[in-house]
Amino acid sequence: MYIAIADQVDDSAHPKGFLYKYIWSQDHKVIAIQYSITAILVGLVALVLSGLMRLQLGFPDSFSFIDPSSYLQFVTMHGMIMVIYLLTALLLGGFGNYLIPLMIGARDMVFPFLNMLSFWTYLLSVVVLMASFFVIGGPTGAGWTLYPPASILEGSPGANNGIVLMLISLAIFIVAFTMGGLNYVTTVLQARTKGMTLMHMPLTIWGIFVATILGLLAFPALLVSAIMMLFDKLIGTSFFMPAILSLGDTVNYSGGSPILFQHLFWFFGHPEVYIVALPAFGMVSDVIATHARKNIFGYRMMVWAIVAIGGLSFVVWAHHMYVSGMNPYFGFFFATTTLIIAVPTAIKVYNWILTLWRGNIHLTIPMLFAIGFIFTFTHGGLTGLFLGNVVVDLPLSDTYFVVAHFHMVMGVSPIMVLFAALYHWYPKITGKMLNTSLGKVHFWGTFLGTYAIYLPMHYLGFLGVPRRYFAMGDTDFIPQSAQNLNAGITIAAIIVGLFQLIFIFNAIWSLFKGKPAGDNPWQATTLEWQTSKTPPGHGNWGEELPTVYRWAYDYSVPGVKDDFIPQNIPQDKVIMLESNTSMGKENV
Amino acid sequence: MMKFLQILTIKPWLAPSVEMSPPNISAIVIDETADNSGPGKTALKFFLAIVTLLFFLITITFLSRSQYPDFHALAGEPWLPFTKPIQLWINSSCLLLASISLQIAVSLAKQNKTKSTEALVLLASLCSIFFVLGQIIVWQQLSQAGFYVYSDPANSYFYLYTGLHGLHLLGGLVALFLVSYQFFQQKKPLNVSKNLSLCALYWHYLLLIWLFLFALLTATPDTYKTIALICGF
Repeated sequence: MYIAIADQVDDSAHPKGFLYKYIWSQDHKVIAIQYSITAILVGLVALVLSGLMRLQLGFPDSFSFIDPSSYLQFVTMHGMIMVIYLLTALLLGGFGNYLIPLMIGARDMVFPFLNMLSFWTYLLSVVVLMASFFVIGGPTGAGWTLYPPASILEGSPGANNGIVLMLISLAIFIVAFTMGGLNYVTTVLQARTKGMTLMHMPLTIWGIFVATILGLLAFPALLVSAIMMLFDKLIGTSFFMPAILSLGDTVNYSGGSPILFQHLFWFFGHPEVYIVALPAFGMVSDVIATHARKNIFGYRMMVWAIVAIGGLSFVVWAHHMYVSGMNPYFGFFFATTTLIIAVPTAIKVYNWILTLWRGNIHLTIPMLFAIGFIFTFTHGGLTGLFLGNVVVDLPLSDTYFVVAHFHMVMGVSPIMVLFAALYHWYPKITGKMLNTSLGKVHFWGTFLGTYAIYLPMHYLGFLGVPRRYFAMGDTDFIPQSAQNLNAGITIAAIIVGLFQLIFIFNAIWSLFKGKPAGDNPWQATTLEWQTSKTPPGHGNWGEELPTVYRWAYDYSVPGVKDDFIPQNIPQDKVIMLESNTSMGKENV
Repeated sequence: MMKFLQILTIKPWLAPSVEMSPPNISAIVIDETADNSGPGKTALKFFLAIVTLLFFLITITFLSRSQYPDFHALAGEPWLPFTKPIQLWINSSCLLLASISLQIAVSLAKQNKTKSTEALVLLASLCSIFFVLGQIIVWQQLSQAGFYVYSDPANSYFYLYTGLHGLHLLGGLVALFLVSYQFFQQKKPLNVSKNLSLCALYWHYLLLIWLFLFALLTATPDTYKTIALICGF
């Protein structure tokens, strides 16, 4: 007995009217689009904030509306929005929602109402977060890690209303994610169609599945720290707050441990890296296999690597805290686990490259972004090996080297995959192809541009240029050339930001004027491309659910006429080449 | 776990043979989700894992914080409120009764004994509400005796733990209300008994957590010291 939902006939009433079809919709595809549009819009706010930060850094004292407080607020909000409200929401709420039911052959998520509730709760969290821009004191400027005691004491920007709204927003987001996450894992475990065994699932689903489990187990740590910090701020408890002087006055705190907050935060914070990375790993694997017309190299190893990374991601968190101080044996332990996690990660990189090796590579836009990802991820991953070692981390910590590292590995790389995924699945979502020429301009501008931004930052880091500083002032160890480099980075950042407008234009223009995509424009094997309608209708599959007969990577199978065999094609329906018909059964 | 590891060793790329087309499809698929539990139970299991982690993480911070000099346990001396926690015992009995009532209600619902099931679900709901009210009474008693939420980390943890636990119970009550509503409507009695059994499981779990918290929060400083020593704090 497989499955509760998959065996059911489509008895879902199709929603009627604009309100139920597009606003209060319980259809996973509509919810996915709602999630994606909200995440992209809030991400654009974060992009503008990063532009403002860069203006100050590149051309200090030129912009009167950026003062030290607002600079710190831009840094904080940029970081938090990008990590939580854009990447997590878009990868899991957006792509997770859209792809899980379609790729496993289900009609919808197992709890559609909860799914809808998840989106509206997410939207509420975004509204609360955005409200902090309009309250007295503005949003918090404590840095995205929100370390106490500074984050809730006078002197930090937004130490009253801003931080409270941030913590409340995070708590609401976690509730939203939990509702969505429970849906994703349960759907994957319970609603797969006939034949869709776990090892027949595409790697996209594996990535989303394991990332969701990580999220469900990691976000409670953030929730706990948010609630406890709210207690400290609003009620005056001392969970994290030590006895301390604030602006020369004693405050009513005593005995709390700020380090405890750091442990909780990073127990969430490090798995969060993989909550973002694992879906990206999965999606890029499918994009590469499809556009190289070749089965993914080492499928089993890829699955094992996803599971292993998921497990290991919970035992590396304190490598973010080397400078906070810890028992040297702990430092050794966390450095070792950090280096160990590089092994499954490296396996994945090798497997992507070996999938490309002698493949029939189609340099489509999704493929360009996927190959771009391999570069940026390898680059960011290698600098992670530097920072994972205690003795190398100590001098580099809190410098631009760290900024460069995490932007390459968890900013640029997931964004490259997101673009690969958007270009790849846009035809299924809208029924239209995106414009290729605009896509190429967008890719090269983004790929080369991000290198122009982040490569020089490594050098700034080596020079010792500290991160989070509003202005460098006069220092002996930072030469004038560093300032020139900063100005160059800012110009590159603004250009890359503007290049994203090309994508937005392309997405809107193609929606109306794009070439019709057909059901399976990339000739892909996975189930979402085998729907009878594009975009798929409510219930996805018409009267009958698909049956799966093979894994997701039957590309360029020797002796077969087409270079792909969809997962729902039985062996006796596969069209063989003329010369092979004597060996196998010829069928139509 | 072993089953999961076994699944991970499958080689999905091996081509299925021609004979393996429907209706023999069942021959090539492996029954991985064989617990027949349905989506509700799967989701509940994950949710309970999240709840466990939530309380586990707070407990880690609690044990660590309990070793700081400004932490004063709420039990151990005659003048401390939880040396003889009578109200907490009363509250615990309410929750225990709620849990037992729900368990019996589940078995009665399976036999389609509507009236008795209704009565027991009502009893369970009332007991749960009494539990929450009882906890609020403890809060009041504490603050009247000068044990404010901010005056000592031990107090802070008591309010935090019981507040979060109470919120989880209230969430459960909302779910129980929805299930009861379905039950009274008698639309899908079989599904309802399934959902009721999920509620019962949730109640048992919350009872378990409460008993753990009860033991933890009424322990003496020496107990904290021993646990912290064992945990390496």
